[in-house]
Amino acid sequence: MTNKGRSYYLIPYYLWIALFVIAPVLLIIYYSLFDLDGKLTLDNYVNFFTPVYMKMMLNSFWYAFLITAFSLLVAYPAAYLLTRTKHKQLWLLLIILPTWINLLLKTYAFIGIFGTFGPVNSLFDVLGIGEQQILFTGFSFVFVSVYIFIPFMILPIFSALEELNLSLVDAARDLGASGWTTFRRVIFPLTISGVRSGCMAVFIPALSLFMITRLIAGNRVITLGTAIEQHFLVTQDWGMGSTVAVFLIVIMALFMLLTGSSRKGVRHEK
Amino acid sequence: MKNKNGLANIYLVLVFVVLYAPIFYLMYYSFNSGGTMHKFEGFTLDHYREVVQDTRLIIIVINTLVIALLSSSIATVIAVIGALAIHRSRRRRSKNALLSLNNVLIVSPDVIIGASFLILFTIAGIQLGFTSVLLSHVAFSIPIAVLMILPHLQEMSPTLTDAARDLGASRMSVLTKVILPIIKPGIFSGFFMALTYSLDDFAVTFFVTGNGYATLPVEIYSRARQGVSLSINALSTLIFLFTILLVIGYYFLNQRKSKPAAAVAEPVAEAGVPR
Repeated sequence: MTNKGRSYYLIPYYLWIALFVIAPVLLIIYYSLFDLDGKLTLDNYVNFFTPVYMKMMLNSFWYAFLITAFSLLVAYPAAYLLTRTKHKQLWLLLIILPTWINLLLKTYAFIGIFGTFGPVNSLFDVLGIGEQQILFTGFSFVFVSVYIFIPFMILPIFSALEELNLSLVDAARDLGASGWTTFRRVIFPLTISGVRSGCMAVFIPALSLFMITRLIAGNRVITLGTAIEQHFLVTQDWGMGSTVAVFLIVIMALFMLLTGSSRKGVRHEK
Repeated sequence: MKNKNGLANIYLVLVFVVLYAPIFYLMYYSFNSGGTMHKFEGFTLDHYREVVQDTRLIIIVINTLVIALLSSSIATVIAVIGALAIHRSRRRRSKNALLSLNNVLIVSPDVIIGASFLILFTIAGIQLGFTSVLLSHVAFSIPIAVLMILPHLQEMSPTLTDAARDLGASRMSVLTKVILPIIKPGIFSGFFMALTYSLDDFAVTFFVTGNGYATLPVEIYSRARQGVSLSINALSTLIFLFTILLVIGYYFLNQRKSKPAAAVAEPVAEAGVPR
């Protein structure tokens, strides 16, 4: 079956891999070695380790961590309760449905909801808290991002919970474990693979968000994504933008390595 | 126990309310005769009229649809080839290598895809605009379509193709008469996924769009940055309805297969990254 000569039809796909998968990564690395004047230099990397970028990186990580943590906090109970409902596939479909609606439109809606005269502020007024500046704060950024990412956190946790053998839970209860202990010692460890892939699906995009920061956080929150966009499209400093991108790729690869084994685990079980 | 159930239901209802609130909020104010998104003054269809009369916007909608249909068609064809390539590779290692390369664009953050494509097109001398947007949409749709087609290839019994070959079918007719009909559902869902990806994409398009050419998400972004305008609400209501129709269509196409909801859930979970 060695018919190499007849495999010409595979060329478009290999061409795609070469041009749009491998070449872009190499180009990013290549460009990170040039400064604004087109001189070959390592300055960008030196610059990256100055306090400005380090602070931005920490900031970016902190927000991504917050977004992931809050998504998990909301999504885990939701996924758990979903598996207990009748017609769970229908409910799951309803959870997925909003992800089909454009990210920007949902974000745009929050401009109205969180605005100075929006419903949230009127509610605050009624409660006697008084008007608050909600838009253009770190809080609104985290809230909207969590809102956007929740379905992506619920889905993997839901499928992990579906695969959970319920007799193990019953056994734990029979052996006298309290509800909380059962959850902590049995349910959660057995669904950790779903939690991991959920966290991965949220953490990496959260590091690179840029339109939500612009629309909702009013440039008050700067993430790695905002920095890349800024360097490429506003200041035209492709070298520095590429350097930030290189670091984002490295972080992403590390993160995949850390969570990768669990993802494979999920696949094999199926 | 009853009380506990009640709390659980309240929690779920709350999650659903929060998930859908912004969408209905937008729709509600699209009928507002006042100019703001916080005080409902009266019912009007003015904003819809505005949308329909905005020629620039209609051109952009057409652009978006053309790009989506063209790119997902091209991407699906290449994805069939890709799925065949992955399926054909005998050695486990080369199969895994191909699969990992396939998935790079799915897990990469959009900003990086956008930025690296911008460099690529600039170096290749491709003018930013229709061509660059089309090429990048094809590029990022291919891997997800491959992932939708591949399981169907793997479920296909190898004896079928062997039998066809034994009966004297040429490679081409094995492909068109045996393989393609069997993986057809996968091809359709791959096409639909590519279509929704393309319609939804903002970040990548934003990088490679250049001046003067825009898709709908890019246009919405630039309008939203200028502040609240209720024609965006009207527009998003229309898009919402269109999306629902698309999803229902996709759902019914999948219904022919055995496991509809799982098939819908899988790619989204795989993709992870909202575009």
